[in-house]
Amino acid sequence: MTDGKTKLNSLQMAEFAARGVLRFDSVVPPELNDKFLKEMGHVPLEEISNPLEHYGKVMSSSAIPVLRPGSLLSDAYPEHSAIHDILNLPFVQGTIESLVGKKPYFDHHFLHITFPPKFYEGSQQKSQHYHQDSTIDPRQAFDVQMMYYPHEVTLDMGGTRYLPGSHLRIVSEAAIGRYQNIVGQQRMVCPAGTLLFLHMGIWHGGGLNMSDKMRYMFKIRMNPGERQMRLWDTSDLGNEHYEQRPIFWTGTDPGDKIHQTLMKHEPWFEADTSRLEMMNRVRFWRYLLGDKNFDSDYWLTRVEREYA
Amino acid sequence: MTDSNTRQQVLVLYLATSALDTHVVGWANYDGTGQNFHMAGDNDTPPYKNGLDALVDGWRLIQASPLITHVPGNEYRTDYLKYEFFFEKMVSLADSSAETTNE
Repeated sequence: MTDGKTKLNSLQMAEFAARGVLRFDSVVPPELNDKFLKEMGHVPLEEISNPLEHYGKVMSSSAIPVLRPGSLLSDAYPEHSAIHDILNLPFVQGTIESLVGKKPYFDHHFLHITFPPKFYEGSQQKSQHYHQDSTIDPRQAFDVQMMYYPHEVTLDMGGTRYLPGSHLRIVSEAAIGRYQNIVGQQRMVCPAGTLLFLHMGIWHGGGLNMSDKMRYMFKIRMNPGERQMRLWDTSDLGNEHYEQRPIFWTGTDPGDKIHQTLMKHEPWFEADTSRLEMMNRVRFWRYLLGDKNFDSDYWLTRVEREYA
Repeated sequence: MTDSNTRQQVLVLYLATSALDTHVVGWANYDGTGQNFHMAGDNDTPPYKNGLDALVDGWRLIQASPLITHVPGNEYRTDYLKYEFFFEKMVSLADSSAETTNE
């Protein structure tokens, strides 16, 4: 805890480095969820004639401002608005600061509204294809997308589908649309007030709402305002973290928890590329630590042992 | 078997290695009969354990991704799912009401 903000700890940061995702259930209090829904223009289903018209009304009359990209996130939302208040919750402030620094830039935001089947009678609806947002982005610096679920999301409401561990794959936006299902994919089924922080590279897509309720998800993309090095609470990084743990013939001690987290494979990794993923995670952790010598399970040290 | 009453069903499997008998990590189905509609996120359980099981069930392999030399300087880059196998079945429209994969 610094300045009243709750920063991420090293294990949480390693989880983000490894999987590209951090999920926090019910961290936005109910009164703020209600305030957000009221401000953005939620109305009873009976008052909505069709999706396009409702979107138009929400876009023209809701309290969600129209903003230019590249401004400071701290200046983006009017004081006392629900979004401003959410961004200023100590936990949210600390998480954002841990990931993208004290003065991140606003990139864009969008309110995703998913309508129930009764609005599409007679036409075949489909879920959103897998995609990676924006475009090919091979930076080591990273943007974060904060996804906010202001109400409970049940399975039949088609919450965001995402693939943990996909963030380090360099692909071109909709090019991955051919992949309908991938082993280990997750869906957002969550209580009201849940926040999902995604690395910009995470493969994801919206689901089909088969319930009898509207589904809302508000997303803010933010860019780092500084070099993303040791921005989280690093006080829990012990000396043993910088030492290699035994590999292959390991005994029973699994070793440092952060190493365990960084080296945990996803079920969809191919046999050979899973090793490349481990190497890329070590590179990412080196970047976050600002330590070019860090290694885990000897993946990089081995291939760097080159002599002139 | 390409008369006006037959249609193509396509199954795409993504496997753990270039070997057909390794496990499925991703998949997609497209049904040319129009009887079965598939979409992203419609199932969490792979239709087959591995590519060989799809052959045993009557799917014909029509394309497999090649093994490509790694570009110098980019050896450790990861991107698209690497081991992609396209299968097909030609089915009669009269017989197409039932799903032909074991989902």
